[in-house]
Amino acid sequence: MSIGHTLLGLLERGPRHGYDLKREYDEHFGQDRPLHYGQVYATLSRLLKNGLIEETGVEQGGGPDRKRYAVTAEGVTDVQTWLSTPEKPELYMQSTLYTKVIIALMSERDAEDVLDTQRHAHLRAMRELTARKLDGDLADQLICDHALFHLEADLRWLELTAARLTDLRKRVTH
Amino acid sequence: MTEPLLVATDLVKSFGPTKALDGASMSVRAGEVVAVMGPSGSGKSTLLHCLAGIIQPDEGTVTYAGNELSAMPDGPRSALRRTDFGFVFQFGQLVPELSCLENVALPLRLGGLGRRAAEARAREWLDRLEVADVAGKRPGEASGGQGQRVAVARALVMGPKAVFADEPTGALDSLNGEHVMRLLTSAARDSGAAVILVTHEARVAAYSDREVIVRDGHARQVAFA
Repeated sequence: MSIGHTLLGLLERGPRHGYDLKREYDEHFGQDRPLHYGQVYATLSRLLKNGLIEETGVEQGGGPDRKRYAVTAEGVTDVQTWLSTPEKPELYMQSTLYTKVIIALMSERDAEDVLDTQRHAHLRAMRELTARKLDGDLADQLICDHALFHLEADLRWLELTAARLTDLRKRVTH
Repeated sequence: MTEPLLVATDLVKSFGPTKALDGASMSVRAGEVVAVMGPSGSGKSTLLHCLAGIIQPDEGTVTYAGNELSAMPDGPRSALRRTDFGFVFQFGQLVPELSCLENVALPLRLGGLGRRAAEARAREWLDRLEVADVAGKRPGEASGGQGQRVAVARALVMGPKAVFADEPTGALDSLNGEHVMRLLTSAARDSGAAVILVTHEARVAAYSDREVIVRDGHARQVAFA
């Protein structure tokens, strides 16, 4: 998640104080991980230095946190570029889990147990997301569905790996 | 802890030379939703059919509410299936010549209830499953998702203790599948019915309380919490 681009995107709706930006960010994106004030001001300072935002005024008697910021033309272009560039597909936990499976096979432990344990953890996470989805509004449903589809992809990889364990064992132990 | 509603112990079942179950054990408590998962050909549907008393295991036992289902003669076992169990399959379980309303009313009619009372109760269930609008249509005139919700209504109309669902969303797209699962599990929970759900889809299994994994005819179940 690019905090800088997200804050720029929020500023496109109109000038804001740092405090307002944090509040809006947390409301839309920070349910699981709210922003620290330090992150907000460090990011704003970087955006300011790069010419992507500008100060539009300071409130009477306000300290540095009462500054208002607005997005610049360069900032708008930056958000547009970010939005139109696809994210690199992430490799989630496969590399770690792959290592565990190989180590389990090498040491003649039960690699199926490793996969079953992971499957159970994944399904538990999926149950929590499904419950949250059922209680939530459309935005919650979309956010949860995205996570669910990713976890499902991991699970399909787990199933396929489980089906290939015999071949993998031969390869690892010879 | 309450006694399990259904217990399968060391089930063995072969079809010709193929051993579908090879010592599978699992249990289901009243009112819980259990997902039976595993790769194709692992024996999960055979396990479901043994649990439901549709087929008899070659070895091992199935007990339902303390009675050995696997030792019951065909007649009482069929009667028990009609009164205590409900079924939802991937497709093809509705009678095409009857309207959706008549399909849902059918188990009640077979149980001896009059037409008017049976159809009134069937209509309540169609309403509960959000398919009241297809009551007068034949299953062939309803969409796939509507048809599955009619099938869920029929499975629940008798107030079963257990609903057996074998890939209930297998022929549906994601959105319709989710809709069926949401209504199936919430209606079953409201009426206190256990659901034994065979699926290979993790997003469908995520509607369960816990999962049982079947691989090569063996079942691994996660311990009761």
